[in-house]
Amino acid sequence: MPKLLNLLLAVEHGMKKPVWDCTMCGQCVLHSTGMTCPMTCPKTLRNGPCGGVREDGHCEVKPEMRCVWVKAYDRKVSLPLPTVWKEHYNDLRPPVDMQLKGTSSWVNLITKRDQQTPAGWAKRKEQSGSH
Amino acid sequence: MSKLRDLLTQTKDVVYTAEFPVIDGGGMEQVKKNVDRLAPWFVAVNATDNTAAHAHASNVSVAIAMKQHGLEPIMQIVCRDKNRLAVQADMAGANLHGIENIALLTGDDVTAGDEPETRRVFDLDGPQAINVASILNAGTYLSGRKLNPAPNFFICSVENPFAPPHDYRIERALKKHRAGAQMIQLQIGYHPDRLEKFCAGVAATVPGLAIIPSVVLIKSAKPLSFMNDKVPGISVPQEVIDRVAQYNRFPPR
Repeated sequence: MPKLLNLLLAVEHGMKKPVWDCTMCGQCVLHSTGMTCPMTCPKTLRNGPCGGVREDGHCEVKPEMRCVWVKAYDRKVSLPLPTVWKEHYNDLRPPVDMQLKGTSSWVNLITKRDQQTPAGWAKRKEQSGSH
Repeated sequence: MSKLRDLLTQTKDVVYTAEFPVIDGGGMEQVKKNVDRLAPWFVAVNATDNTAAHAHASNVSVAIAMKQHGLEPIMQIVCRDKNRLAVQADMAGANLHGIENIALLTGDDVTAGDEPETRRVFDLDGPQAINVASILNAGTYLSGRKLNPAPNFFICSVENPFAPPHDYRIERALKKHRAGAQMIQLQIGYHPDRLEKFCAGVAATVPGLAIIPSVVLIKSAKPLSFMNDKVPGISVPQEVIDRVAQYNRFPPR
């Protein structure tokens, strides 16, 4: 089993690194963010753009880079992505679980490990309905 | 008791807030001076958290000092410098001292400040921090561990309707509202059309959600050019700069 996990990890990283500059956060949300990785935002914001986006749509921190969330919004609007993915665009994504760093998000998806949130977060989600 | 909450949720009054000057010198006497200047005019005043990525007397300490002198604070917590433990500690500390208005912000990047070599944190983002405040209001920390007595925070947020992607700013403000924000303070902006569209968009989904736009007082066109050139997220149309510059020739009284 560990061999299979390592293989999956290598394949996932091999695919995602060149395309999305994947940092292996282990809790992939690409499908819900217009196929744009929010972990490439210098502030690693997972719930939309900060207030520092420049007039030309570029990043506050790296002026030469287009804001990840400007890109994500454009793609969410224009790419022919499945409707269910687009519906998840405005979800309140939970804080990153640092324990998953370096693990395979595919494995975490299958085992549902990536859906585990702290008890307080889970309770609020349950009580306030889906975010 | 939050006067700010009462006025914003129980009345249709226009409410004025301001930002407390940062404290780097002058001690408690300076705090008192600032309070005396601001208190007659404003319902509540923002106690900032290392504003523009510069270190200052802390958000919690200034908020407590303001309160002691009789001015209601809106205590900001910024995600740039604090991980989720520190953010929650600020909230629990505010609760301990009876501070009810808290505003959760993602924050400027460290590159905006005078110590750009520091580590940026952003363990939480603005909407997540708002949700964490809601969790504390329900009587537990993020982990589920009990916090007693539970806070009764009036949760405030900030949005910048003037920065791209403009259409998405409405959705993002609504996301913050779903996370628990009951008021939105806005960034400085010089595009009335964007402001109008934003307010109408928010009101269409959540009528009555309080929105407080920012007004900046300037003495010449210079700060406008500075903001336009140097502050990411703020754009000032050339026409506005020119219009203000016309009046530069009048000597200040």
